[in-house]
Amino acid sequence: MNWNTMLLMRQEIVLTIVILVLLLADVFVTKDKKTVNYIAIGLFAIHTLIGFLPLDAGSLFGDSFRTSPLIFGFKNVLNVGVLLIIMQSASWLNSKMLQYQKIGEFYALIFSSLLGMYFMISAGNFLMLYLGLELSTLPVAALAAYDIHSRKSSEAGIKLILSAALSSGVLLFGVSILYAANGSMYFANIHDNLGHSYLTIMGLVMFFSGLAFKISLVPFHFWTADVYEGAPTPVSNYLSVISKASAVFILMFVLFITLRELKDIWTPMLYIVSVLTMFIGNFFALRQQNLKRFLAFSSVAQAGFIMMGMLAANDLAVSTVVYFLAIYIFSNIGAFGVVQAVSIASGKENIDDYNGLYRTNPMMSLAIMIALFSLAGVPPIAGFFGKFFLYTSAASQGYYALVFIAVVNVTISLYYYLLVVRAAFLRNSETPIPYFRSDLLTRIGIIIVMIGLFFLGLYSPFYDYIQEVSKIVGI
Amino acid sequence: MDILTLFVVVPVLTVVALVFSKGIKAYRLVAAIGMGIQTLMSFNLLYQFLQLREAGNTDVMLFTKDVLWFAPMNIHYAIGVDGISVLMILLTSIIVLTGTFVSWKVNDLPKEFFISLIVLASGVFGFFISVDLFTMFVFYEIAVIPMFLLIGIWGTGPREYAAMKLTLMLMGASALLLVGLLGVYFNSNADGGALTFNIFEISKVHIPLAAQKLFFPFLFIGFAVIGAFFPFHTWSPDGHASAPTAVSMLHAGVLMKLGGYGIFRVAMFVMPDGAHYWANFFMVFAVIGVFYGALAAIKQKDLKYINAYSSVSHLGLVLLALLMMNEVAWKGAMLQSLSHGFITALFFALIGMIYGRTHTRIVTKMGGLLNVIPILGALYVIAGMANLGLPGFSGFVAEMNIFVGAFQHTDTFHRVITIIAVSSIVVTAVYILRVVGMMLMGPTTPEFKNLPKITWYERTGTYILVLFITLIGIFPFWWGGIITESIGPFIKNLL
Repeated sequence: MNWNTMLLMRQEIVLTIVILVLLLADVFVTKDKKTVNYIAIGLFAIHTLIGFLPLDAGSLFGDSFRTSPLIFGFKNVLNVGVLLIIMQSASWLNSKMLQYQKIGEFYALIFSSLLGMYFMISAGNFLMLYLGLELSTLPVAALAAYDIHSRKSSEAGIKLILSAALSSGVLLFGVSILYAANGSMYFANIHDNLGHSYLTIMGLVMFFSGLAFKISLVPFHFWTADVYEGAPTPVSNYLSVISKASAVFILMFVLFITLRELKDIWTPMLYIVSVLTMFIGNFFALRQQNLKRFLAFSSVAQAGFIMMGMLAANDLAVSTVVYFLAIYIFSNIGAFGVVQAVSIASGKENIDDYNGLYRTNPMMSLAIMIALFSLAGVPPIAGFFGKFFLYTSAASQGYYALVFIAVVNVTISLYYYLLVVRAAFLRNSETPIPYFRSDLLTRIGIIIVMIGLFFLGLYSPFYDYIQEVSKIVGI
Repeated sequence: MDILTLFVVVPVLTVVALVFSKGIKAYRLVAAIGMGIQTLMSFNLLYQFLQLREAGNTDVMLFTKDVLWFAPMNIHYAIGVDGISVLMILLTSIIVLTGTFVSWKVNDLPKEFFISLIVLASGVFGFFISVDLFTMFVFYEIAVIPMFLLIGIWGTGPREYAAMKLTLMLMGASALLLVGLLGVYFNSNADGGALTFNIFEISKVHIPLAAQKLFFPFLFIGFAVIGAFFPFHTWSPDGHASAPTAVSMLHAGVLMKLGGYGIFRVAMFVMPDGAHYWANFFMVFAVIGVFYGALAAIKQKDLKYINAYSSVSHLGLVLLALLMMNEVAWKGAMLQSLSHGFITALFFALIGMIYGRTHTRIVTKMGGLLNVIPILGALYVIAGMANLGLPGFSGFVAEMNIFVGAFQHTDTFHRVITIIAVSSIVVTAVYILRVVGMMLMGPTTPEFKNLPKITWYERTGTYILVLFITLIGIFPFWWGGIITESIGPFIKNLL
């Protein structure tokens, strides 16, 4: 092994260095802890930029770790997402956590979790996948409980760690069964000698259930709403986009390539899960008042759409799902960003509190409208293109009935997204949320998201590129 | 920049200019200038179109342009117009312009009002120029969504309910449409060749009969809902009643035309066998809509509800004519779309003006208004007469063609349907004359003795509309000629 091959891990290495520097900086900066925010964001911005430098495809450690333009590109998407999230979290940390001197470790935890995601999506065998998964989950549990004086936050932390522990247990069980049945941990080898024995099927189901927890698919979604509501908003945001997106990504890899022979088993499984997830996520979202719970159920429903796109199990499915994930990350960050900005400025998180928001805070209202329209899939905002391509993917294999169910669900979801728009634009209030000006970083972050939401959809070369690199299945 | 893309670009630039302008006078001015340019452009388009046709250009679509958008899916930004789209664009630009004048006095969030109105307009323009199903669908949804804000913020009465109902029903319809589009798309390689969204390429393909039978209803209902197809018309009366004047005008005058246009341009064109298979079934609902709309209009007291149900009835005729599937009926359908666009826009503009003076829309509370506001009253009579199909106005020409076309079918089923549809004209006369009699004639209601005179911007808006209503009525062959010539290739595909 030489340095050139180690460069394949460039993103992981740079991120590790960022974490180390950050921990040191946290120790040395004693006077004004606010600076740590800017150090962390600055370092991470540099890391994100470095990420865009070209990188070869290849594998390391005897195929345990591999990278390809798709994996590498997806890490860049995650980077941009995390950068936007931490830009929004600075104001929360400054307002709530500065008094406890708890700034640096927030970033250290979030970056460690991201590092885990990197390893998870780069995994070439189940062992690496599991290691990455654990590394990505444990820090998030700490993050969920970060607001030490909020009981809900502690509750969220406990809930998350318990359900995460259970789900990794289930996943590990599935992995060990697959190992027992096939005698290999490596994705490439399993692919070669996979049979339809009950043992492998059970392994598949257990593995799928374990990841379904992470993606919060029905019936493994129960933790979602409580955790999202209790956890600090940036953490909910992180859970809803980065954590979910990388779990979907690796699930797709494993199902499409490694467990492809079991396609006849997991196709109906995905079908049913997709339908249930869309309906249950949407129906629960209808009645929510708290915006974080609302977005939690909306993100459950969105996962159902992703599963629909995955059903086709071909290159088209890979490209449309990755494209949708990238757009979904932007949309949800936009929505959570506004919710958080309003929550910091006024402490209000309910839909009714948003009555008359447009008259006092027009920019914030526009931002949340665009983000929610993107989630609902209204053109010309990117979410529409993402959803449309998911339908295309499902319809390409003849799943018209499922597409029909999905479009019915889009209409249902439009109703509850419009409830927020209605509150902000249509209604007037005696006591609207007064005008506020959030800090510069938050505003820049929201502006980037808004630009992205128009750009990612209308600018077709972005999708062309994804389509180009996602030819991994070969069909 | 080609002449058609400008129709989308100018509204977008107007919106940008609105964002950066300050003061209510500036908003009005910017909106009026932008839409004025748009109207001039649409006249120019008509002129150039006729010039090209004169010069012997017989292509189905003129001014075509095709830019590859999403290469992996073979999605194009493909545009082009034939005579029908040119006339529809003309209709739209005139109604948006008059709508801008009618909304001169909007003073609650005027900037946002004009922005939403113009975004809606840009969606409609984009819809009429598209020949790629994907582009068309994108523009269709862009045209629908601003309605939520327009009705919800500036509406009256149960505006939130109406806005939500309208948006959800129309978006639900567009969801059906989407399934239909995908069904067509994935069958567009039935004869070999690549998957495509281009309607002209798809029309050359023989989509398997089973697929046509399955997906035609999706496309038909998807488009027909916005054309107030019974029993999915319920969004329309509530939406009209709650919407502000300009939005009602645009909504009834233009937006509801997207339905008939889409069925003609897409559903029946790409799936002719499906159309034949389902025509009789849908025809029953269409004729129920025609008759039911007219009957419902008699029972209403609110001026806007009367005209909303009248729209349901008249647009039912458009759908009925399309389902008759012959050249004369289709010509009637297109003329009816145009004529109804101008007439209803005039109606809603007048209702808005009357409401602005009397602060009521209930017919029974008003009386003898012709003495107080003679010009508005006279205009209302003109609109009414045009609507009930008096010769000399546009309505007569359109309905005449529709019924002549319908009578070309000699079997009993079509005869019965046609006779029911024709008899709806009598009912139309009842509800229009009833309103004219109650509201305009007779002794003047005491509290309305002193109403303000018509203003310059109200005159500008209404006179333009009356002009076009009479132009269609007096020169039906000129309009009919453009339409017939454009219908040709489409009807040929169907027979």
